[in-house]
Amino acid sequence: MATKASRSAARMMMAPAVVLLLGWMLVPLIMTLWFSFTKYLPLRGDSIERGLDWVGFSNYSRFISSSSFWPSIQTTLIMVGGVLLITVVLGILLAMLLDQPMWGQGVVRILVIAPFFVMPTVSALVWKNMLMDPVNGIFSHLWRFFGAEPVAWLQDASLSSIVLIVSWQWLPFATLILLTAIQSLDSEQLEAAEMDGAPALKRFWFIVLPHLARAITIVILIQTIFLLSIFAEIFVTTGGAFGTRTLTYLIFQRVIDSQNIGLGSAGGVYAIILANIVAIFLMRIVGKNLDT
Amino acid sequence: MGQIQLKQVTKSFGDVQVIPPLDLTIHDGEFTVFVGPSGCGKSTLLRLIAGLEDITTGHIEIDGKDATDVVPAKRGLAMVFQSYALYPHMSVRKNIAFPLRMAKMDQAEINKRVEGAAAVLNLTDYLDRRPGQLSGGQRQRVAIGRAIVREPAAFLFDEPLSNLDAALRVGMRMEISELHKKLATTMVYVTHDQVEAMTMADKIVVLQAGVIEQVGSPLELYRTPRNTFVAGFIGSPKMNLITGEEAAKHNAHTIGVRPEHIDVVESDGQWQGTVGVAEHLGSDTFFHIHNTGLSDTMTVRAIGDVSLRHGDTIHLTPRAAEIHRFDADGLRIA
Repeated sequence: MATKASRSAARMMMAPAVVLLLGWMLVPLIMTLWFSFTKYLPLRGDSIERGLDWVGFSNYSRFISSSSFWPSIQTTLIMVGGVLLITVVLGILLAMLLDQPMWGQGVVRILVIAPFFVMPTVSALVWKNMLMDPVNGIFSHLWRFFGAEPVAWLQDASLSSIVLIVSWQWLPFATLILLTAIQSLDSEQLEAAEMDGAPALKRFWFIVLPHLARAITIVILIQTIFLLSIFAEIFVTTGGAFGTRTLTYLIFQRVIDSQNIGLGSAGGVYAIILANIVAIFLMRIVGKNLDT
Repeated sequence: MGQIQLKQVTKSFGDVQVIPPLDLTIHDGEFTVFVGPSGCGKSTLLRLIAGLEDITTGHIEIDGKDATDVVPAKRGLAMVFQSYALYPHMSVRKNIAFPLRMAKMDQAEINKRVEGAAAVLNLTDYLDRRPGQLSGGQRQRVAIGRAIVREPAAFLFDEPLSNLDAALRVGMRMEISELHKKLATTMVYVTHDQVEAMTMADKIVVLQAGVIEQVGSPLELYRTPRNTFVAGFIGSPKMNLITGEEAAKHNAHTIGVRPEHIDVVESDGQWQGTVGVAEHLGSDTFFHIHNTGLSDTMTVRAIGDVSLRHGDTIHLTPRAAEIHRFDADGLRIA
């Protein structure tokens, strides 16, 4: 972008995209903010045409004082943290495994990516009905084969089960990004470390892991953004019961089940704040890796 | 101590044997250079000595002890890689200290050795920088520093200067030679550049397709190349190799004359041809000569600036005592 002419041309060409994006983001955001300060109960006859009553911060205080608010925050953090831990750890191991030269490498890599292409609703249904069903699920058959009592996964270990399902979906993403990062590691560095007397585990700790730091940061950041809004997996499996109600799901219940749009919107604003707090923390913790 | 002995060593990748049975002794304190065209197996040979590749058959002995199945870290060798292979996330200090840390040496001793190495290599001011903030020559020195702190039995260099520009390369060449004089440790150095080999080596090993063509001091190789390959590879510009009638006059299949052993004369030269490209270096002039009826092109060195132009006829006389003779198999005739 050297000249004035090319700079203004660039602005002109970017304008439609910027306007569209801003509109897409700003309109719902402003509407959410507006609703959160009003009494908006469609079943009691409230509607935008007739005008909504301004209620100040009462929706906010009601949402936060509800007995299900803090548990939902806790559930959200456990779910996001659990999925991140599983996908990053297993992702590193899988990526190192896939980096080894082996027969049928191309096919294996495509198979590993496959879960990412399955829609969340579909994969949750498959897990619920084919794998985790306490009567006909594959797991229950397996348990019975070994003489054990089948586990009612989605009731007795509901949160862990959902973490498992979501991890299965996101593992390919983590693996893929970490695999490309591992492939960019100069093999001479590993050989140099080997000559320097570092056994395999130390080579991993001192050479491979620092090399992956940036890729791990990116995986954590991107996944956190998407994991905070997990919905389909909960809706399909437990419907928010058995301690699986995340903040996202609580907002959904307030808006759809209780038909209280104002209260739900206030929850939405809390979710925005939570996402930003998490993002700032993450940037602080791992941001150091991005600038070197 | 750092004597390395290869006994009947071979290496195969799958069905392809890249190194046929090979014997070689590298004496303690010697600066040995492996030189050869790319793909001749010289780097593979170095990696076999380092232990980064397993040898297929044969034995490697270091200081008289069998090291064939010893892991690289326990062979007491240090290696400098072509890409330097510095650890990018560690400071220069940590890079140099890494092998000592792996050996669980105590911190005071590590600091002493790292600072000692940094002083030898002029790196003291850069100890807290990352490799990414250093120039090519400095990175090279860090890589050497990481090798010398371990006080190894021998150093292995894998084309360490090939990523540097020409001026820096000459400088580093001197530094490595001086380091060798100072440490008096065995060094094995791989290069494809015969100038590096000639200037640095105590002993040159010329390799072609995994086979040792000749082993000897730089001047031995220059004066008495064992065959036409060594004759053509050692010396710059290349030796002129002539076959046919002219060679038959000397009872040989091929004769070789170095460009510096042919005199340019005014008239009545033994050979004559037309001047092609003339490279004027000031101190010397290299003429590429066509239409001699002997070989496609011939190179001749004239001392000083000789004013012959493109297309002129040139008269040449080789010095009879400096003509190398080779038989039909390319081997030297004494």
